[in-house]
Amino acid sequence: MAWFRKEKKPKEAVEKVAIPEGLWVKCDDCKEIVYRKEVEQNFNVCPKCNYHFRLTARERFEILFDDGKYKEFAGDIRSGDPLEFRDTKRYRDRLKVYELRVGKGDAVLCAEGKLDGISVVVCAMEYAFMGGSMGSVVGEKITIAAERALEKKEPLLIVSTSGGARMQEGILSLMQMAKISAALARLAEARLPYVSILTDPTTGGVTASYAMLGDLNIAEPKALIGFAGPRVIEQTIRQTLPEGFQRAEFLVEHGMVDLITPRSEMKPALARFLRMFTGKKREAAS
Amino acid sequence: MSLDPAQFEEPINQLRRQIEEATAAEKDPAQLVALQAELTKVADEIFGNLTPWQKTLVARHPQRPYTLDFISYLFEEWTEIHGDRKFSDDPAIVAGFARFRGAPCAIIGHQKGRNTKEKIYRNFGQPRPEGFRKALRVMKLAEKFNLPIFTFIDTQGAYPGLGAEERGQAEAIAVNLREMAMLSVPVIVIVIGEGGSGGALALGVGDRVFMLEHAVYSVISPEGCAAILWKNPSAAAEAAAAMRITAIDLKRLNIIDDIVPEPNGGAHADPARAAELLAPYLEKALKELQKLKPAALPEERYKKFRKMGVFEKG
Ligand SMILES: [Zn+2]
Repeated sequence: MAWFRKEKKPKEAVEKVAIPEGLWVKCDDCKEIVYRKEVEQNFNVCPKCNYHFRLTARERFEILFDDGKYKEFAGDIRSGDPLEFRDTKRYRDRLKVYELRVGKGDAVLCAEGKLDGISVVVCAMEYAFMGGSMGSVVGEKITIAAERALEKKEPLLIVSTSGGARMQEGILSLMQMAKISAALARLAEARLPYVSILTDPTTGGVTASYAMLGDLNIAEPKALIGFAGPRVIEQTIRQTLPEGFQRAEFLVEHGMVDLITPRSEMKPALARFLRMFTGKKREAAS
Repeated sequence: MSLDPAQFEEPINQLRRQIEEATAAEKDPAQLVALQAELTKVADEIFGNLTPWQKTLVARHPQRPYTLDFISYLFEEWTEIHGDRKFSDDPAIVAGFARFRGAPCAIIGHQKGRNTKEKIYRNFGQPRPEGFRKALRVMKLAEKFNLPIFTFIDTQGAYPGLGAEERGQAEAIAVNLREMAMLSVPVIVIVIGEGGSGGALALGVGDRVFMLEHAVYSVISPEGCAAILWKNPSAAAEAAAAMRITAIDLKRLNIIDDIVPEPNGGAHADPARAAELLAPYLEKALKELQKLKPAALPEERYKKFRKMGVFEKG
C-alpha cells in the first residue's frame, strides 16, 4: 500500500535534481565553483556564500526525521485536469512530463515520523514539480496532513517552496488556500503547534495562506518570500526594487517572519520549540 | 482583442439612441414599443452569448454597480467605519454596519471608483493589507454582537506594491482566510464584478457564495495568466476561456451556490433592477443560515470548502 511505504530514491537520483552532476558545482548565488562533496556535507549550503541550494521534498525529510526514517502518506492523489486546460501545451501532457522527471507526488509530499523523538507530521513541497505550484492535489494532501496531525494530536510542519497557485486549475487552485487555512484553524483551536518553514522561493497564494500562518514562521537565509512577484511589483510601481527586497532578512526586519534559521540548525531549533510548546521531555540520551 | 465593452454593446447603444430620438420627436407610440422590443431582443442576444473575455469586460464595466451602489439599494441605516486600528484606513475596502430588511448586519466590500479622482482614492479597488485587516476587524465585531455578515467582492486583486509587501499583504490575506473559516455568524458572499485572486478570497470564505450572472472569479487575471503561460498578455481572451472564470463554470465546479441573474443588457443597464434581483437570494440564504446554531456554522463552512478541488486517486 502506497500510503505507508517508505519510498526512498537512490541517493544519486535525488542529487541530480538539486545540483548538476560532476565533481564541481557552480553556486547559483555567488557563482563560485565549489567542490560538490563539500556542498553536500554542508546540508547543500554553499560553503563560500551560505546560499541554500533548493532541496527535494525527500531531502528535507532526510534532514528533519530521526535517522532519516519516515513513512509517507497520501501518495496516491493525482491531478485530474478538471478544466481540460490548455495553453501552448496541454496541462495533462505537462503533468506527465513532471511525473516522469520529478515523481508522482505532485508538488508536495507528506510524511510522519519522529523529529528528535517527537512524533510529527511534515509536508515538504517540491519546487521541481511545476515550480511547486499549488493545485487541488497540493491542497488535498496538505489538508489530509493537517487532519492527521489533529487526529493524532501531533505538531504539523510545512516546508514551503512555491511560485504560488497553479493557474492550470483555475479557481480550484484558489480555493485550496481557503481549504488549507480552514484546516489550520482547527489545528490552532486544538492548540497543536503548526510551524511554517519558508524556503526559497515562497510566493503568491502559498504565502497568502499556510506559509504565513505558522505559530512560528521560520525562514531559511536569503529565501525570497512575498505575495506578488518582484517583476509584477516593478511593473506596477515603475521603479526598481531595493536590494534585498522580499528576502528572508527583509521579512524579519518588517515583522513578518519570526526568525531565520540556517539549514544546519533547523532541526535542533524545531525540536527546542516543539518541546517547549508541547511539554514533551527529551528522552534519555542513548 | 478589444478592451472596450462598447465594441459588442454597440448595437444596443445604437437602439438606445434611436429610442431617445423617437421619444424626443414624439413619434408614433407603436414605433417606440417596437424599438423597445427590439432592444430587449438584441440585448438578450448579445448578453446571452458573451465569451469569457467579454464577461470580464462587463465585470469591469465603468458603469457597473459597485458595492456602495448595492448597499444603497438593499440596506438601511448604512454607517461606514474606517481603519484597521494598526496603520491606516484603506478606501479600496468599505466596511460598516447597516440593516437588511430591518435586522442589523455587517457589510464589507471592495470599492472601485467611478471617475479618475475616485479611482485613485479607491486605488482601483485593489486593497492593501490595512483593507483586509479592517475587514477582519469588522467581521470580528459582527461575531461579537451576533450579526450576520454580507461581503461584496469586486477587485482585480490585492495591490502588488512595495508598501503592501512591507506591511504583510500575504499575512493579512492568510489571516482572513483562517479567521473567516471559524466565524460563528452567517457569512454571505456575493461576487458582483471581478473576483480577482487572493484579494477577492480574503472576503470570500462564506456559508453561501453567489455570483452575478456576468461576474468573473479567477485565480489570476486573464492578462496575468496570458503573460505567464502564453508569454503574451494579448492572449488574455484565450486565458479567460481556459481558466473557466464565468459564473456558469464556477457553478459547475461546485465553487458557488447560485448564479444571480442580471437585468436585460447587464447590471450596468439597470443597477436598481440588479439589486432587486439579488435581494431574494440574500433573504433566503439568511433565513436558512439563521436556523443553524452558531457552532454549526464553522462546521458546515469547513465541510463546504473541504470538498473543493478535483483530483484522482491511484
Ligand atoms: Zn555561493
